[in-house]
Amino acid sequence: MEQIIANGLYLGAQYALIALGLTLIFSLMNVLNFAHGQMYVFGGFVTYTVVVQLGLPFIVGLFASAVVLAVMGAAIEKFLFAPVVRRSKRDESTMLLAAGVAFFLDAVILLFFGEKQRGVPKIVNGVFNWDMRIIMPYDRILIGVLAILLIVVFIAFMNYSKTGRAMRALAQDKMAAQLMGVNVARYSMIGFALGAMLAGLVGGLLVTITGVNLGMGGPTSIKAFLMIMIGGAGVISGAIAGGFILGMMESVGLTVLSAYGDITYLVIFASLMVFLAVRPQGLMGKPWG
Amino acid sequence: MHKRTFLKVSALAAATMLSLPLMAHAQNATLKIGFVGVTSGPAAAWGISNQRSMEARAAWLNELGGVTIGDKTYNIEIVPFDDQKDPKRAIAGMEKMAQDGVHYVVGPNVDDGAAAVRPVAEQNGIMYFPYAFPKELYTPPASNAILGMVANYQSGPAIYKYLMENKGVKKVAFVAANESDPLSQRESGIAAAQALGLEVVSGNVTYQVDTTDFTPVLLPVIQASPDLLVLSGVSPANAPQLIRSARELGYTGLISTETAQDATVLQEGAGELAEGFISVGGASTPELASDAMNEFVERYTKMFGEYNDESNTKVYALEYIIETLKANPAAIDNVDEYKKTMDTFEAANPFMKGDAKLKYVGTTSFGQKRQVSVPLVVNEYKGGKFETLFVGQVD
Repeated sequence: MEQIIANGLYLGAQYALIALGLTLIFSLMNVLNFAHGQMYVFGGFVTYTVVVQLGLPFIVGLFASAVVLAVMGAAIEKFLFAPVVRRSKRDESTMLLAAGVAFFLDAVILLFFGEKQRGVPKIVNGVFNWDMRIIMPYDRILIGVLAILLIVVFIAFMNYSKTGRAMRALAQDKMAAQLMGVNVARYSMIGFALGAMLAGLVGGLLVTITGVNLGMGGPTSIKAFLMIMIGGAGVISGAIAGGFILGMMESVGLTVLSAYGDITYLVIFASLMVFLAVRPQGLMGKPWG
Repeated sequence: MHKRTFLKVSALAAATMLSLPLMAHAQNATLKIGFVGVTSGPAAAWGISNQRSMEARAAWLNELGGVTIGDKTYNIEIVPFDDQKDPKRAIAGMEKMAQDGVHYVVGPNVDDGAAAVRPVAEQNGIMYFPYAFPKELYTPPASNAILGMVANYQSGPAIYKYLMENKGVKKVAFVAANESDPLSQRESGIAAAQALGLEVVSGNVTYQVDTTDFTPVLLPVIQASPDLLVLSGVSPANAPQLIRSARELGYTGLISTETAQDATVLQEGAGELAEGFISVGGASTPELASDAMNEFVERYTKMFGEYNDESNTKVYALEYIIETLKANPAAIDNVDEYKKTMDTFEAANPFMKGDAKLKYVGTTSFGQKRQVSVPLVVNEYKGGKFETLFVGQVD
């Protein structure tokens, strides 16, 4: 049981961090960023390039991922999403654009980083073993702690910084925020950059554990959407809750249901369908949006 | 002669001299060889190594002046199609090949794609070389598919037997991705292990291909204490993670797979934890690779920046097509002629040292020769590269 909880917490921390960026972009711009998974993959490849190809320390790789993805996110928002949001009243325009960006990034990743699975060597060696009750490699513990730390920093930033408060105001009521002098275009761009940066950071963190490959983007986006549907789309605390709930469900399912074959995700999806039928806005979302 | 006229004439002469080889090159007819396989998504490495092997070899042959088949010389043109590992796309790809007049296609890479394209290939006179294992593709009445590698039900028993006799393996566990190829490979692996008298201590644990933490997946498997952990049909993307998780959970036994892997990917993803990992390879281990194979690796690396060890196996299909067409030029647009030639075909294997031959095999497994004869090279990962554990032959 201890092992299941430890696995669930580790998975939950990384999932929550993935979901945070997605929900931030959705809350600010009402954009379902289908390219979020590809941004995560891109971040992993940037860290890989800096650490393995250039031989620089891991922390430099992580920093590079954050910067590259933040710049990429800002550029994508400024030159692609902002004009479309301005000119089109239809939600599907941004959805199609996001899907297009996802395909484009897939092609860019293939071109620059190739088709192979890539990985960064373990940053910490050794395995924590508590009397065979909890077995957890130290690098996984470190990444889990870093993920939780980043979540805490992100929450603090959103609550206590001027930029964070402006973005929260935008998410709550765009018109009112605008009337209070919040620069919508600027903070939308900062929000998108921040969301992309979070995706890049988690990609950089996880490349040391799971590695990264061209095909991980789509499935990662699907999992991220799953998490924000559980927690409530556009709600920061909902994304964190959704991440931890999905992580725990996966950990419990893979252990308890393993004897019945691979039915864990079948059970998770079936549970989600029932849950959404009862509470379509998710755990912490508002029924009106 | 005026100086200006002299310069003009000289320039024209130089241009003519320089363009002569190109003109000869351009005068060649074109032989289109298709590729329908997965070059995007999680399994992209499988198809991309296929396509790049074909392109690297075709470029090399074209540079040498083309390929002479009968009384005509051809430049090889590779016509690729990404089926995205989707059977519907694979059908569309094979239909495109038919429309383009292509009679020889390499791929698809997976079971369902290979099964889906069968009617299109048979109706349009296309021979195709899948990297998929279902026996019904290769046994009569099917006759247009030729297995492009060694199947797991051929390599698995050989590996298990070797490990029983040399490493004292008695208990075995199987783990597979929840997809058709790995699951069918797991089933045939379990059957082979049981036939050899091995005890299967775990055979029903599966995982999603997008799993990011394999610890919970492998926990019940490791608790069953197998001597050998078989990663059935594992993709190069998942192999390092599975190995790493198994070792971190304290597993000290052997780990093997019947799919081809890449040493760099294992090195980066699992490092020292991958030591001793057993997989099926091709013909480019230093002990086996010929000079031609080494040159192929060099050319591939120059063209695409980095070599992929999976191409050790994938290099063969195009060679078989070209050499068989050379043996019977009438087959160039008539696959029935190709089929007739297959029974007796034999040519020198350029990629292996010694007197290795290219020939069609498969009579034992399929009742007819519908498999390319590639060496069954079983590798062990050691110190960042593969070392040959043993070499076998399939019929």
